Amino acid sequence: MEPTLRLAHLYPKAMNIYGDRGNILCLERRCRERGIAFEVADLELGEKLKAKECDLVFIGGAQDREQRRVAEDLAKVKGKALREAAGRGAVVLAVCGGYQLLGRYYRTAEGEELPGVGLFGLWTEHPGPGAKRFIGNVVVEWRGGTLVGFENHGGRTYLDEGVEPLGRVVSGFGNNGEDGGEGAVAGTSFGTYLHGSLLPKNPRFADHLIETALRLRHEGFELAPLDDRVETQAHAAAVRLATRRGIISV
Amino acid sequence: MRRVAAIAAAKAAAALSRRLKVGGGTALPGLLAERIDPAIVPEMARRLGQGSVIVTGTNGKTTTSRLLRGIVRKAGLRVVANRAGSNLMRGIAAAMAEAAGLDGGFAGAARRLGVFEVDEATVPEAARALRPRLLLFTNLFRDQLDRYGEVEHVAALWRDALRGLDASTVTVLNADDPSIAALAEAAPGEVLFYGMEDTSRGGERLEHAADARWCSACGAELAYAAVFYGHLGHWRCPQCGRSRPGAGIVASSVGLSAEGSDLTIVLPAGEVRARLPLTGLYNAYNALAAAAAASALGVEPAAIERGLASFTVGFGRQERLVVGGRRVQVILAKNPAGLNEVLRTITADGAEKDVAVFLNDDIADGRDVSWIWDVDFDLLAGHVRTLTVSGTRAWDMALRLKYAGLQPLPGVEEDTTAALRRAIRAAPEGGDLIVIPTYTAMLQVRGLLARWGGRPAFWEEA
Repeated sequence: MEPTLRLAHLYPKAMNIYGDRGNILCLERRCRERGIAFEVADLELGEKLKAKECDLVFIGGAQDREQRRVAEDLAKVKGKALREAAGRGAVVLAVCGGYQLLGRYYRTAEGEELPGVGLFGLWTEHPGPGAKRFIGNVVVEWRGGTLVGFENHGGRTYLDEGVEPLGRVVSGFGNNGEDGGEGAVAGTSFGTYLHGSLLPKNPRFADHLIETALRLRHEGFELAPLDDRVETQAHAAAVRLATRRGIISV
Repeated sequence: MRRVAAIAAAKAAAALSRRLKVGGGTALPGLLAERIDPAIVPEMARRLGQGSVIVTGTNGKTTTSRLLRGIVRKAGLRVVANRAGSNLMRGIAAAMAEAAGLDGGFAGAARRLGVFEVDEATVPEAARALRPRLLLFTNLFRDQLDRYGEVEHVAALWRDALRGLDASTVTVLNADDPSIAALAEAAPGEVLFYGMEDTSRGGERLEHAADARWCSACGAELAYAAVFYGHLGHWRCPQCGRSRPGAGIVASSVGLSAEGSDLTIVLPAGEVRARLPLTGLYNAYNALAAAAAASALGVEPAAIERGLASFTVGFGRQERLVVGGRRVQVILAKNPAGLNEVLRTITADGAEKDVAVFLNDDIADGRDVSWIWDVDFDLLAGHVRTLTVSGTRAWDMALRLKYAGLQPLPGVEEDTTAALRRAIRAAPEGGDLIVIPTYTAMLQVRGLLARWGGRPAFWEEA
């Protein structure tokens, strides 16, 4: 039987600020080209997530105002099911604002504390309206290779002891600009500040997510290789640009 | 005395940089003038007998300002204006110094009106310095998030700027943009709305790049009877009932073709019909905005009509020139909503096109190229004969276009000069090449085309 990847896309309207659509397009294309059926459930504010009916959950970034509403929705409507989905081995990818909301809490620039889902053992604090934002190209050393992207965040994220970052920063700021860590991994959940979009330019990481998600219902499933020549060039060009220019701060 | 020295220094620097052909002569003279006399902008603004106008918004600043300048000239005013894209304080300072005499005053000061396009984030500072008699806001889209921050942040800056002005200040707002219409609450005095009434071009659904999906008052998702582009349209909040304000100045009919647009604009003082050498609904909005501002300044409909009719296209905004036997059209790409509308416009006639896209990631382009994933490049599918991509982020664009399912895959040439040459050769002789650059790429492309086609450089243009 042809396998199916079932994606739950959380808040596609409220959380879509930094080209997050590219991540969805990438997952879809990399499945379809291999004959893997792809289903998306778009779940907006107020709509329930069904923990057993998704293999992969994606949540993107948002502006502050929407982030507040999403935090409330996660607390009341989707948070529990999201923890259940992650608990049964579904893959979760959270980018930027979504990443911040899957920790324990996010303290905004104004000092308001938004509760998090607690999927990751981490917390995020914005030092205040005057603080420097971490903006620029990022290169990260991940265990499956390098990851490239662009970061733009005011919040500083700190991992609990024993929590594994997604990778080590080669160029850029990462979680907090201090400890060299970028993102977080907890089981099959991945959080990161990288957009750009993240997945199209990082096809190995995209395939890692797809393969892990499919193995949940198809043990030992292996992905066939794709023609990634353009992807590889885009990845290499991003590494070149980021490392040649060094860290950009605004 | 300081003022006179500042003006003289700026004039000398501008002349020198033009002589050495190192640039348009706008940034350095402005910086110099401000350094020598930090009060140059407010002091010179007070000498403008007709006061100043600020034109701002994400898309349409340059074209709308040019249209407005053309109109007020037909009404007999003399204009002081900053050059295309030179829309920070230094650009305004340079414009003041350039227009002033060496005595520190303006010739014909009584009939002088300042028309300044102002960068979104510079509006508070420009408003404090200019004390404008009118502010025109066109639209608010996500644009260069790495530079401006979030859309809501820009709206907050604008509200603060408006609150600091006198009750005599007129605010002209686009009723079709919910974020712009909401500025009325912060307006210090009279508010005029303009909007599109011709709904024949309206869609029913918001595109992906729409930004103002939610009611600014209650947070519910807005409903649209018609969507024109981005989140511009006839909107209404189903929850609290807030809705598009009634517009006193409207485009009652818009006819678009590949060569231009025919507009009928209804003003309080009469009707205006004009044919513009500009295509695309976004340019109909620019003309409407300029007519609305002119009307608010007291310009007669006849002068507005003559001003719109005499418009010639500007720097990087849909200009066409002949190079190597091909007609080359350059259209500046800035952000998802604007670029979507450009793509819709260039594919409207159904003919296959040769297209070159130049994506740079310098500060003026936006460091972050994520926005290209919010653009509906699949609009080009079936309409492209050859496709060339270039710029510092050429491979990002190639990958984006691969995802858009375009065939054949684009040719990638990172070097701007080589890419432009290749794109021109790829187009059939006598055919059209459409060049879509980001800002800094446009400067490069424009320079190359000027060199190859002999067209005057931009600082020599009106």
